[in-house]
Amino acid sequence: MEIKIQTKKLNFFYGDHQALFENDLIIPTNQITAVIGPSGCGKSTHLRVYNRIFELYRDQRAEGEVLIDGKNILEPDVDVLELRRKVGMIFQKPTPFPMSVFDNTAYPLRLHYKLDKKKIAERVEQSLRGASLWDEVKDKLHSSGLALSGGQQQRLCIARAIAAEPEILLMDEPTSAIDPVATLKIEELMDTLRERFTIVIVTHNMQQAARISDQTVFFYEGRIVEYGETKQIFTNPANKQTEEYITGRFS
Amino acid sequence: MKISMMKTDSCFKGICWFCGSLVLLLTAGFFIQLLLASTDAWKEFGWRFFISSEWNPAAEKFGALPSIVSTLITTAIALIFALPLAFAAALFIADAPPLTSSILGHAVDMLAAIPSVIYGMWGLFILAPLMQKYVQPFMVNTLHMDKLPFVNSTYNGFGLFTAGLILAVMILPYICAVLRDVVKMTPAVLKEAAYGIGCTKLEAAKDIILRYGIRGILGGILIGLGRALGETMAVLFVIGNIMNMPKGIFDSASTISSTLASNFAEADGLQRSALFALGLILLAMCLCIQLLSQYFIHATKAKRGE
Amino acid sequence: MKQRSLLLRKIKNHLLTAFSVSAIFFAVAIMLWVIWTVICHGKDALTPSLLVNCSAPYGSMAYGIGNAILGTMLITLGAAIIAIPPALLAGIFLAEYTEFPRLAGAISFAANVLMGMPSILVGLFVYTIIVVPTGKFSGFAGSVALAILMFPVIMRTTENMLSMVPNTLRESALALGMTRMRATLYIVCRSAKNGLLTGILLALSRVSGETAPLLFTAMFADSFPTSYFTQPTASLPILITEYATNSPFEVMHQIGWSAALVVMLLVLMTNISTRIFFREKKYGN
Repeated sequence: MEIKIQTKKLNFFYGDHQALFENDLIIPTNQITAVIGPSGCGKSTHLRVYNRIFELYRDQRAEGEVLIDGKNILEPDVDVLELRRKVGMIFQKPTPFPMSVFDNTAYPLRLHYKLDKKKIAERVEQSLRGASLWDEVKDKLHSSGLALSGGQQQRLCIARAIAAEPEILLMDEPTSAIDPVATLKIEELMDTLRERFTIVIVTHNMQQAARISDQTVFFYEGRIVEYGETKQIFTNPANKQTEEYITGRFS
Repeated sequence: MKISMMKTDSCFKGICWFCGSLVLLLTAGFFIQLLLASTDAWKEFGWRFFISSEWNPAAEKFGALPSIVSTLITTAIALIFALPLAFAAALFIADAPPLTSSILGHAVDMLAAIPSVIYGMWGLFILAPLMQKYVQPFMVNTLHMDKLPFVNSTYNGFGLFTAGLILAVMILPYICAVLRDVVKMTPAVLKEAAYGIGCTKLEAAKDIILRYGIRGILGGILIGLGRALGETMAVLFVIGNIMNMPKGIFDSASTISSTLASNFAEADGLQRSALFALGLILLAMCLCIQLLSQYFIHATKAKRGE
Repeated sequence: MKQRSLLLRKIKNHLLTAFSVSAIFFAVAIMLWVIWTVICHGKDALTPSLLVNCSAPYGSMAYGIGNAILGTMLITLGAAIIAIPPALLAGIFLAEYTEFPRLAGAISFAANVLMGMPSILVGLFVYTIIVVPTGKFSGFAGSVALAILMFPVIMRTTENMLSMVPNTLRESALALGMTRMRATLYIVCRSAKNGLLTGILLALSRVSGETAPLLFTAMFADSFPTSYFTQPTASLPILITEYATNSPFEVMHQIGWSAALVVMLLVLMTNISTRIFFREKKYGN
């Protein structure tokens, strides 16, 4: 098993308030890792360290090590732009940019690469196909991305994220604002993406975690209580808290 | 008793209705008044009023072209300088820590609170001499900008350029305030998405924030435009007040509003009517800006698929 | 795939940051420069006797701006009395009586036009409807002109402030059996009181420095205002204009600067104190 991401003694602070405590975690390559836990337990916070998006906010700060391919990305000499190209992120709510479907997908390409028009069009099609959205939007590539349905918007965001050729996809409760049918589509899509990307998904839906993930991590009050193979976590958790959460005795 | 209460209630509603409609009456009143007062000039000159550049009270010949052109040039200069500054300043204010942001925001608001007559005085006694002594010689002798079209090689500190600069300072806070709100109102998650795919601040600002807030931004620009078109006192002090067709941006000239301010008191007969006609043109310009802003709001709504 | 140069993108980004900082620095510097200039030039001639004495024609040795200060106050006060009641009611109409959407739309548009109206046109308008029929320049005409400028501003603030009052408050007042008028005036307006006051004071401070609408309405007079409805009335902004542009005498310029200092203090003080005084309370309601 190849290690893609490894955190060592990761602590996180909102101002004076500590939100993550000594997180040690290993995320294997080309697998789907689900992060579960009650709301407010720090699972999203943990995810937001991987692409250093938390740095947008003045009072947030991370300590410890996050190794991606063996390199600690919290070091100041790491190039954030390059890191974020390598680590794509999907948010809770769909976030299409205020431009056409085509431009949305082409945007990261134009941002990071020097490509001619033909190449861009090719790669946009590839990405939209990769996000299983192509058939639905191929006739309205030049209408606004905001005109799509919620589920389509979220898949557009996935297409946009994979267009930049990342290696890791971070998904922060990507289906929480979307209806069940669209959710199912996105879950199917994730199954196909697994071959190309290392996926870390935060979810509050335990059935979802059980359905799609290879590995599951259980967070509680900022600490990683337990992590391991999904089957094992759901059938035979080592920790009592995990068991109580999974069987629904607290949430 | 019940009935009298109902009566006062509907009376109150009626009064409110009337006061609201006062705004409509006033606006219509402005047009009617200016139209009536300028009939003589329109009858005498007709459409030639727009294209004639002669302003000769002795011969009773009046044309609006020089003042229209001067108004447009000063406004354009003001926008060219104010827009980028306002956008950059708004980005900074929206991004700064809360205390700095609020102090700077209020400081910029103060710029809008200073009465225009004070800008006029500052322009007359401070800025115009500085322009004549340092800025214009630098532009002409060092940068050789007089090789460009519409830049004169002679200057005296007054004129369209100086007036445009003062207008820029005066409209900056209006545009900045609107842009600040636009930047602040961009949803955090959209900004995160932009940075999340590896945008720099500049790229996020110009590709995402600008596009997202395009309606607000156009609104801000139009507010600034309207202010610049109609501003009287600050321009009056530094523009030189000559009713000639300007040949370059260092020429003295006279905008519509400064023409009204400096000539109206002594004018009578046909000249007064011509001045009212100028006023009507200015009012029509401002109305166009309002209509344009309404149009933009609808057009961009459609474009963004709302 | 060939990557775009990260260095170039970062340099551009740093340029923007530098430009941002210098833009805000520039704006603040200009503001301080203007204020500083007015203070420096104005403070020397600003003596107690200047503040109370009457202004005099060019060339005479008596100086004063007392009549102009009094005139400005009179004209502004008059404008407030004329504009505030109908503007509040108009704002109430827009916010509370929502059963006329088309009329409200037209009013909103007209208010935008009126707010974007060059102030000199307001001067011309009032000249035609008041000065010409009565045959007299007067402080009252000046007040009307400023009132027209204030009207849409106060109306808009009222509308905004009232629509921020939660609907449950309206409903509970009406449920108690209040008439709509009572509910609006006693409950809704009262709970938006601070916002309304802020709006009114800011509008007042703004028009008190206006010059262009007074040029052909209140005009100017080298005497204390004795008859508000029939005599030209002096005001600070017009005095500044007169002394700065029409006078060759250095002394006149000096007095002009002092008058500018007084106007600036008047306007900025009201503006700043309104903002500070109502800042916390505004959010409390």
